[in-house]
Amino acid sequence: MFRLYYKIISTPKTVIDVQSLGCDTGIDIVGKKLEARLQRSFRGSLAIRAVDAGSTNACEQELTALGNAYYDIERFGIHFVASPRHADMLMVTGPVTRNMKEALVRTYEAVPDPKIVVAVGDDAIDGGIFKGSYGVLDGVHNVIPVDYQIPGDPPSPRIILCGLLQILEMLDSRSKAAQ
Amino acid sequence: MFNTLISSNIFFLSLLLWIAGAVGALVLSKNDRLANWWGNSFAILGSCVGLLFSLSVLIIGSTFSFNIDSTLPLLSLSFSVDKLSAFFIFLISLIALLASIYALGYVKHYYKKYNIGALGFFYNIFLAGMVMVVSAHNALFFLIVWEIMSLASYFLVIYENKEKENVQAGSLYFIMTHVGTAFITLAFLLLYRSTGSLDFGVIKETIGNSSPLIADTVFILALIGFGTKAGIIPFHIWLPNAHPAAPSHVSALMSGVMIKTGIYMFIRMFMDMLPDAPLWWGVVILILGAISSLFGVLYALTEHDIKRLLAYHSIENIGIILLGLGSSLVFWSLDMKPLAVLSLVAALFHTLNHAIFKALLFLGAGSVISQTHTRNMEEYGGLIKYMPQTALFFLAGSMAISALPPLNGFFSEWMTFQSLFSGIMASNVPVRWVFILAAGSLAFTGGLAAMCFVKAFGVTFLARPRSENVRHARESGFALRVGMAVLAALTLVIGFTAGSITNAVSGVVSDLSAFNSSEPAFFSTIQTVGMRNGFASISMPLILASLIVTMALTFFAVYLVSRNRKTKIGRTWDCGTTLGPRMEITATGFSNSIVTIFRGALKPTKQTSIEYRDEDMRYFQKSSTVELGIQDIYNRYFYQPVHMLTIKASEYMKRIQSGNINMYVLYILAILIALLFASGM
Amino acid sequence: MSIIIWTIQLALVPAVSPLCIGVVRKIKARFQNRVGAGIFQPYRDLWKLFHKDEVISEDASWIFKCAPYLIFSTTVIIGASIPLFTTIFSINVLGDLLVVIYLIALGTFFLALAGMDVGSAFGGFGSSREMTVAALTEGGLMFSILVPAFSAHSTNLFAISGAVASFSFFAFAPMILALAAFIIAMLAETGRFPFDNPATHLELTMIHEAMVLEYSGKRLALIEWAAANKFFIFLALGANLFFPWGMSSSERLGDVPLALILFFAKILAFSVFVAVLESTIVKFRFFRLPDLLFTSFILSIIAMSLTI
Repeated sequence: MFRLYYKIISTPKTVIDVQSLGCDTGIDIVGKKLEARLQRSFRGSLAIRAVDAGSTNACEQELTALGNAYYDIERFGIHFVASPRHADMLMVTGPVTRNMKEALVRTYEAVPDPKIVVAVGDDAIDGGIFKGSYGVLDGVHNVIPVDYQIPGDPPSPRIILCGLLQILEMLDSRSKAAQ
Repeated sequence: MFNTLISSNIFFLSLLLWIAGAVGALVLSKNDRLANWWGNSFAILGSCVGLLFSLSVLIIGSTFSFNIDSTLPLLSLSFSVDKLSAFFIFLISLIALLASIYALGYVKHYYKKYNIGALGFFYNIFLAGMVMVVSAHNALFFLIVWEIMSLASYFLVIYENKEKENVQAGSLYFIMTHVGTAFITLAFLLLYRSTGSLDFGVIKETIGNSSPLIADTVFILALIGFGTKAGIIPFHIWLPNAHPAAPSHVSALMSGVMIKTGIYMFIRMFMDMLPDAPLWWGVVILILGAISSLFGVLYALTEHDIKRLLAYHSIENIGIILLGLGSSLVFWSLDMKPLAVLSLVAALFHTLNHAIFKALLFLGAGSVISQTHTRNMEEYGGLIKYMPQTALFFLAGSMAISALPPLNGFFSEWMTFQSLFSGIMASNVPVRWVFILAAGSLAFTGGLAAMCFVKAFGVTFLARPRSENVRHARESGFALRVGMAVLAALTLVIGFTAGSITNAVSGVVSDLSAFNSSEPAFFSTIQTVGMRNGFASISMPLILASLIVTMALTFFAVYLVSRNRKTKIGRTWDCGTTLGPRMEITATGFSNSIVTIFRGALKPTKQTSIEYRDEDMRYFQKSSTVELGIQDIYNRYFYQPVHMLTIKASEYMKRIQSGNINMYVLYILAILIALLFASGM
Repeated sequence: MSIIIWTIQLALVPAVSPLCIGVVRKIKARFQNRVGAGIFQPYRDLWKLFHKDEVISEDASWIFKCAPYLIFSTTVIIGASIPLFTTIFSINVLGDLLVVIYLIALGTFFLALAGMDVGSAFGGFGSSREMTVAALTEGGLMFSILVPAFSAHSTNLFAISGAVASFSFFAFAPMILALAAFIIAMLAETGRFPFDNPATHLELTMIHEAMVLEYSGKRLALIEWAAANKFFIFLALGANLFFPWGMSSSERLGDVPLALILFFAKILAFSVFVAVLESTIVKFRFFRLPDLLFTSFILSIIAMSLTI
């Protein structure tokens, strides 16, 4: 057991550095900014409920990866929750199959306001490679109002993180405009 | 003298009212409404008078005794009411009063189905019988009124005689209660043999001269006899069958009060009549109490018939009372009178509390049953929306019986714990272990009782209806609600006035000649009750006040912080599926884990039978049923062997029964000659 | 003077308990080689929840709506009536061992009812499991605290703290057994490993979480806060009943800062212990939990027989 402890302590830090988390949007210090944004819009705490609306599970893998020791989304005050009642944000993956339609609507209704819906992955945005198929409804926006989209098939955790930041930035400017 | 005269008159007035109610109800039995009103009004009047009388004895201390010598030898109609009797009369009258008010409305659903006059008759006789039982002062007279009480309650148990199982339950009750009476009779005969009198007072004065063996035998006989009535394990088997069978207001009286007459006689005989108790009496009672409380609550957890569940809780609470009583006997025999007083006060206080909350729970269950027409909890659910007030009252009862502060059940359990803790500290090694295990069983009992009532309340009143019956339910009538409301209020009031009531109860205890001069081991003021040695203290009003204040503050603070936020009503979240009634937890499912944990003691049985569409292929199931049950280990390992033995013995005896009348004459002759010889020697 | 001490005593538990949860989470994250959320994250979570709307099930009754207030209140009352940094409140009659235990039971009772109230499949099973664990924990919890209580000749928790501080080494020996029993009961009551996983998302293994799935907004905040309070209360009980050194025993205000610092140090040590435990052991199968709970009960009985 003590060897395990020793190993944990002696292992160098593997968490992805906020400095190196550059994205396509040209922002360098995504993580730090994300945290600062969160502080304002969601009082430093964002609870996400992931909904699989008929996904290929590729997006789920990437979402799960957000919580691992490399991306460690928790350090920004973001965490996944077990019930939509606890959530601020729904992350919907998959093209929404007919069977999942009702469940998705109910999940949306179960989330207390203020809430954000994010479609994660090309499938969720417009059906992706399943587009036009008889079994799917071609994207989340056909079922519930979608606020934001994170493209990719599947999007990598890094892109998801960047997407989250953008979303919060937009939220922030919108609330300023409202004032 | 004057007081005595008045109080004796009041006493007989209440008996008279009950008898008038009984006779009148029978006479008026042609008209259901009138019979109901007559019977229950007189029951109410009689109970009011009884309350008045018992309070006058308790407060003024005007004990009295009354004697009518009859022409029959040995039998004299002698009453004697001291504070102990008055305490029990108070209990009986209080519960009877509220149960009778409740009955005014409750009995309506028996109209046209059963004979209301008979119900009123036996009900009033039952009340009078109970009061006479706790005030009788002569053994023979006692046996007669004991029998009146038992028979009246038997007829009440089989009142709904169109259902076969009620009649069976009644037969079991009839047999068990008479087995108990047989033991009681034996005990009194032994006492008579050693003292030459059947009068309780004379027995008390002269029993000291006889050998301890007699006292020990009387103890065992009385323990079995009265223990059968009190329902202590393993003599309890009639109780979970008989109490549910009776109409609910009668169940409330039987569970709340009648089984307490057994406790009354325990106290009367072991602490008043018989000489100083040896140590092992108390130890035996402690052990029985520990077993009864723990197993009572375990069996209750396995039940899904709401009244049977409550009946098993009566066994549990009798166990808790016995823990107090047993430790009192132990302390008494160790000559630690102050602690003995503490324990006896705890026992009596719990007797009072149990009467109140158990009556409340039975009345609540009765209201639910009268609306849903079933005792099966699996068919309830969501009743809080249909019967909100009944739900509130039942919740009060559930909290009280689970010993949750600030209600009354918590306080008496606290006192019982204190007496057990004192026992752990004060006694020597072998007895200390008994106390430790008793305290342990009480601790587990408390937790399990809370679990059981989360189940009972949750499955009955919360969530969504599980059957159509529930949707037709409406709030019960005014009379029913009054009966329950007063009892629910009493659980709270007794909770925060526990200090004053402790004083009153300790007045009852110090009235017993054994504890006349002893200072109790606790002090009690209106605010605080505590041990004199500073071991523990408690303030029930403070608990209540702090709960109210903190809740109000929390509510206010939360309102301030989130006053701008809206509340939306939505569908229950269940992962997007449609919730059916069968997706809610059931009573059986709720307690399944605890049954699995205690499978060694409960011995659950499970039978699965599957019917296939094609017997040869065995792929497609047509239907499958699972039957879960709990083995009745007492029946199996105790009563059935006894039963078999009796049958065997009877078969053996059958040989002398030839059917030939000459033969029987010969037997009579032989016996006569034998008797003559025996008396000649 | 004492009014200040009183205020600190009253407010300490609700004020500091989220921090304590944050510290435990931080340490657990470090063990997983993560950075983890800041130690003040639970405050932010609570604050956000208080400013969110609520969705309440149409099946819920007033019990569901009132339960969070009651549960939170019981933890605040208990927090005010247990020894934290000072032993001067030994006249406090709310500090009785049985009162504290049964107030905890009151909270559990209503939490379980609230879990059943909405009629979801999760809530009912959560309640059933929670009550099973709670019912079996009560014996071990009560008896483990009774061990020092019998030595101190008082069931008042303040008096126990005061008395245990002056124990000799030999009198302290059975206390170790009692401490082990207490820790088992503590883990069970606060829903920690190996009894329950406070971070679980899996309905199959939930105990505490399953009952609160239906809460949202301010009521969820109250429930979460109450859970944090309860955790802190148990840490404080463990720290002050079994390691009561360094508590201030006078009403002088000057002693308070030092006592507070020592108290926080003890709580921190206990938090580290719980976090290390959670990172090194796995959650037990549900039907193995009773074995552990009975072990706790038997350990305390052995300790008791050694004490008196």
